[in-house]
Amino acid sequence: MSVSVALVDYGAGNLLSIGQALTLLGAEVHPAIRASDVGRPDLVVVPGVGAQGPAMRRLRRAGLAGALERAVAGGTWYLGICLGMQLLFERSEEDDSDGLGWIPGETRRIPSAPRLPHVGWNEVETLVPHPLLDGLPRRVPFYFVHSYAPAPVDRGVVVATTEHGGRFVSAVAAGRLLGVQFHPEKSGPEGLHVLANVLDIVAGEAPGGRPIPIDGPVAAGRGAPDGPRDGVQPAGRRGAAD
Amino acid sequence: MLLRRVIPCLDVRDGRVVKGTRFLDLVDEGDPAELAARYAREGADEICFLDITAAVEGRATLLGAVERTARQAFVPLTVGGGVRSVSDMRAVLRAGADRVAVNSAAVADPSLVDRCARRFGRQCVVVSIDARRTRGPGAAGDPGRHAADTSAGRGADGDGPAWQVVVQGGRVATGRDAVAWAVEAAERGAGEILLTSIDRDGTRAGYDLALLGAVSRAVSVPVVASGGAGSPADLVAAVLEGGADAVLAASIFHRELHGIAAVKRAMAAAGIPVRLVPEDDWPRRATAR
Repeated sequence: MSVSVALVDYGAGNLLSIGQALTLLGAEVHPAIRASDVGRPDLVVVPGVGAQGPAMRRLRRAGLAGALERAVAGGTWYLGICLGMQLLFERSEEDDSDGLGWIPGETRRIPSAPRLPHVGWNEVETLVPHPLLDGLPRRVPFYFVHSYAPAPVDRGVVVATTEHGGRFVSAVAAGRLLGVQFHPEKSGPEGLHVLANVLDIVAGEAPGGRPIPIDGPVAAGRGAPDGPRDGVQPAGRRGAAD
Repeated sequence: MLLRRVIPCLDVRDGRVVKGTRFLDLVDEGDPAELAARYAREGADEICFLDITAAVEGRATLLGAVERTARQAFVPLTVGGGVRSVSDMRAVLRAGADRVAVNSAAVADPSLVDRCARRFGRQCVVVSIDARRTRGPGAAGDPGRHAADTSAGRGADGDGPAWQVVVQGGRVATGRDAVAWAVEAAERGAGEILLTSIDRDGTRAGYDLALLGAVSRAVSVPVVASGGAGSPADLVAAVLEGGADAVLAASIFHRELHGIAAVKRAMAAAGIPVRLVPEDDWPRRATAR
């Protein structure tokens, strides 16, 4: 089943990569710039570059905060990436700003970090198995770029954590609200694997049905002699070829 | 644990990747999108795209080339060159950049760093510094590989800065202390310092480890080593001796003198945590069916 996705565009950041990734994985993606663009998709994706204060102000000014709330109340799934995950919580130390407030807890600066921002690839370690990370090793590196991370009141929503000085929460799931602190759209084949899992979850399908449409280091290491040189293939081809 | 990044750099002029020596004598190296896709496949942790003549020519970044590159690589993309305002930065982000590097315009008006960080968050703002030795061993004309590495940040022969900031693609010296500028940039909101030694750029004579050490000790944000990578051992030294959080290289990758995977294996062998090409120890989704 094709999943309809509203990709929330609140005026900052790189929407191109996440839109491209979801489209390659077979989703029907439309940008949501105004409240009326959101509608009732299967999934809203709130991506994540920016500072929380300006982001919340822009979401409110465009009416997107209310539109997201209505969609989620109507059964739409939510995937927050980086800042989009942090917005799920009640407030943030960053800019002393409030968030959407759908998951109890607040976003804090990563404690005891050797260097901030936390930029680069770091291991995401699954605490509680969840379809979000299905099919991946228990510890797998993803790309991060942030200085803050959420501290949920209910530890039961924590799916995975990551170490940078101290440990911080790197993936959450609370009902139909999903959040990842890392950038799956920037984390090579493993990242696309997570996005494919999300689409499977939303579609109510067993995970594993969506082949990953790019060559990664592993495919290259296996030889993949017939793979095209441009690195991006139409969805489905790798699954068939291998 | 945070892994150290290996970053191939695409210096782009007129939509093509080029590489020179000390920012001069440019040679064509290929198409940016094709190279980015190749490097992503080979395990690049990030791609750096620098429009090297935008500042000089007084024009905006090549957004079309940025977008083509972003569509090819599902790894992070840092873009610099010709970014003079918050709205320039926004345009570059919308073209598919994850982070944006500012250089000449930030030296001319340091408040640009504050404004970009306020708007997009500091993690999004990279301040790129092109530094040149002002005196002593390893100053321009003496790219001796080890000579510079033993000298301290400030030489005994004067009180001026050991490295000065150079802008406009290496054309205009400012007299400004490169280490002091890095500190100011980080205070103003830079989320990373991309530190290029012009003396070493394209020479493959090794990074300027003294410069790198001076900056990485002085700031608490990540520092990317650039300029001079010639062998895997140079990248290892940048991390272990220079304190770099990430290592950037261009010609050794473009000319396939060393592959990204080989460089990472050398780093891992030296005890540096890196993202290695995964082994076939788990079923990949694409291939499991």
